[in-house]
Amino acid sequence: MDSTSVANIILYSVTALIVVVFSVMAVTTRKILRAATYLLFVLIGTSLFYFQLGYQFLGAVQIAVYAGGIMVLFVFAILLTHKPNEAAPVLLTHRSKMGVLVSVAGAALLLLAIFYMPIAHDMTLAGCLGSDITIKEIGRAFTGTDKFQYLLPFEAISVLLLACIIGGVTVARKR
Amino acid sequence: MDLDMLWYLVPSVIMFAAGVYGFMTRKNMIAMLISLELMLNAADLNFVVFNRFLFPGQMEGMVFTLFAIAIAAAETAVAIAIIVNIYRAIGNTDVNDADKMKY
Repeated sequence: MDSTSVANIILYSVTALIVVVFSVMAVTTRKILRAATYLLFVLIGTSLFYFQLGYQFLGAVQIAVYAGGIMVLFVFAILLTHKPNEAAPVLLTHRSKMGVLVSVAGAALLLLAIFYMPIAHDMTLAGCLGSDITIKEIGRAFTGTDKFQYLLPFEAISVLLLACIIGGVTVARKR
Repeated sequence: MDLDMLWYLVPSVIMFAAGVYGFMTRKNMIAMLISLELMLNAADLNFVVFNRFLFPGQMEGMVFTLFAIAIAAAETAVAIAIIVNIYRAIGNTDVNDADKMKY
């Protein structure tokens, strides 16, 4: 076991701990602003996973769009609609039990499925990490119309974003 | 011992289950939206992991995740606009209080 593999395992352990702990805390904390902060940590942890898997551009996009843009939106919305330090009321017990039951049962089922997945151990990270994906390749993939090129979805997304801007302004403006 | 696909899928499953729990138990719309983001994020992570470990020479999963991030941003912006509008109409963001289509 060489030093790169040890470093990868250490980085993985720290990141996985961040992601698991903060995603559970984000849904169990009683203060809404804290939930948003824990979500921010989960998103940053996910971007660390992307960096470790060799997708540098995707990790940068995750930080810029999710951790930068969406979190600012969340914090603004929370500060507009909540009093500071306001705790959420205690959850109804039967509803909380139902949530625990459904999420634990779902997680158990999914874990069972992935642990018995026959291809789970075929490939290791060291064997899969090839050359880095360059920005040139990504740009070519987004601006062509051949196989494995995505100009049409790219343009559809730009129209969607325009519709979203207009929709957001129309819905939230003062009447 | 080396990192394989399973190592990355387990945190993703836990993230998704946390999102399901939050979506079912929270009454505050913004908290529900946060849980929704957790679930979306777990799905994005799965796309990338399957791309890296099953098709390392291609980048279709990464492209799919890039599109999913853009759509999630658009969806969140519209949802927050609607939540702010609901707050203006009924004074809080509790789902149980938002029971009229027109105020």
